[in-house]
Amino acid sequence: MSFDPVFFVQIALIVVVFHALLLAAAGMVWAERKVAARLQQRYGPTLTGPAGLLQPFADVIKLFFKEELKPRAADTALFYLAPVISATTAFLAFSVVPFGPPTTLFGLLDRPVPLYVADVNVAVLVVFAVASMGVYGIVLAGWSSNSKYSLLGALRSSAQMISYELSYGTALASVLLLGNSLSLVDLVNAQSGTWLGVIPRWFVFLQPIGFFVFMTAGIAETNRAPFDFPEAEQELVAGYHTEYSSMSFALFFLAEYVNMVTVSAVAVCLFLGGWHLPPLPESLGFVWWFLKLAAVLFFYLWVRWTLPRYRYDTLMQFGWKFLLPLAILNLFATAAGVLYFGL
Amino acid sequence: MGDITLNHYLVLSAILFSIGTAGVFLRRNLITILLSIEIMLNAVNLTFVAAGRFFAAVDGQVIVFFVMTVAAAEAAVGLALVIALFRHRESLNPEAFTSLKW
Amino acid sequence: MAFDAILFYVFAALAVGASLAVIGQRNPIYSVLLLIGSFMGLSGLYVLLASPFAAVIQIIVYAGAIMVLFLFTVMLLNVPREDAAEWDRTHPLNRPGVRRLGGALAVLLVLQLGWAVWHVSTRQPVALAAVAPGEVSSVAQIGRSIFTDYAFAFEATSLLLLAAMVGAVVLAGRVRE
Repeated sequence: MSFDPVFFVQIALIVVVFHALLLAAAGMVWAERKVAARLQQRYGPTLTGPAGLLQPFADVIKLFFKEELKPRAADTALFYLAPVISATTAFLAFSVVPFGPPTTLFGLLDRPVPLYVADVNVAVLVVFAVASMGVYGIVLAGWSSNSKYSLLGALRSSAQMISYELSYGTALASVLLLGNSLSLVDLVNAQSGTWLGVIPRWFVFLQPIGFFVFMTAGIAETNRAPFDFPEAEQELVAGYHTEYSSMSFALFFLAEYVNMVTVSAVAVCLFLGGWHLPPLPESLGFVWWFLKLAAVLFFYLWVRWTLPRYRYDTLMQFGWKFLLPLAILNLFATAAGVLYFGL
Repeated sequence: MGDITLNHYLVLSAILFSIGTAGVFLRRNLITILLSIEIMLNAVNLTFVAAGRFFAAVDGQVIVFFVMTVAAAEAAVGLALVIALFRHRESLNPEAFTSLKW
Repeated sequence: MAFDAILFYVFAALAVGASLAVIGQRNPIYSVLLLIGSFMGLSGLYVLLASPFAAVIQIIVYAGAIMVLFLFTVMLLNVPREDAAEWDRTHPLNRPGVRRLGGALAVLLVLQLGWAVWHVSTRQPVALAAVAPGEVSSVAQIGRSIFTDYAFAFEATSLLLLAAMVGAVVLAGRVRE
């Protein structure tokens, strides 16, 4: 078998993406603390490294050396399986997300390497499927801990995730109608070019409602404020991961941030044109992609530290009586638009 | 060993279906019985997809789509029945529900 | 042996092993989880069959929705494990005559399956990999088929889902006095 540098680069890509996600999660922990502090007129971490940049690593080291505790009444196998499921599903979804146009690494390779781990022709459905598996980590954590706070947190969170998944899927469907494909690469490429020479052909301009629904449901899917009922500290101690400590807790923590990155990355690909930023050259596509991702992630942090938490019944009402009908109407409108005006 | 043929999938499907049937007969817990029925439905799905691949037709997957819809409906109604029965008898053993039998 | 064949045996072993474990133990919550494992195996097989759509909806619908429903029911009812003593006492198949007949039938079935496994590739030697997949993996083609050839069945399932939804709410909901 001859040595194929492209094959090698693709293997390397898997490793790089995995570690980049880990680093992104660490970066998000730092960013979350900094943004929260700034929004509350504080400084946030300053002592650990320049601008507190080493804070997440200090956190991880601290968690490593903590004792692993398990309630005596817990179901041992499921108790340790749950965080693994959470972390695995979080990483898995990213494998189908493209983050740049095919590149030759500035002429180092003889043919372009695509910048994604896997391009499947049902990528959008894969993202959706993996997201729907994430609920198991939370439910099992809550149930196996054998503690009432954990169980309540798990029940709330799964009810919430299942309810918002519908709006999430419907918002995805309206984008699929416009892009006429289920592959994320095709969908990004459908957003190249501009209207009238100035407005980029991003789906967010055709689908403002879809984008709103997607982002709202995305926040609910990742269990973040203002929808962070699974871990509503004031009522439920820490929700589904109340009984977890040390590295199993760290895995849940990691999963939350990786999920955030994945949801934001999907939003960038579906609504914000992926690596297309019309006046600027495409060869640096992944730079524009990362900038957009950072913007979306900042939006998430901003929302979390600005809006107060909903009440649980208002959350369900909002999901079922407002968001889902809105998403369905938007889907009808989009279908009509595609059918009669050929958008 | 060697190449995988349609027969491999059909035999696998038969084995899965037998496991599901055995589960319905052997288990005395309504939930596990419902799960065994799901195994049987899935065995049939596998046959449809494999046959669809063999005849290069999408109809196999279309039927799977419908089977899944029916399975979802069946699970919803079945579990609702299980919950209603459990409220009356505090048990999931099918032998506990014999009041209509004489 | 081709890579596809190895994957086939891995996924098949996962599906069969997990299914056996589902019916082989008495704790329903483990049964539910093992069944999800079995669905993963089947999903992998669908990918091998060039049917990604079936593979993905297997995960979304079965693993992501139906099994969550089962898990919820098991958790909410806090279903006790099956009791072995009670099983022996109440099981309708646990009578001598029935046992002998059932045992004979089971042996027959196992023999049949064993025969089928033994002759699996000799009866029909055309490898699936040699068959052109055609339009099988095209989601667009599946959608077209559902909304044209199977339009009536599609509308009927929507009615079925509505009926199931109403039925589930009526059956499981508590009557307010």
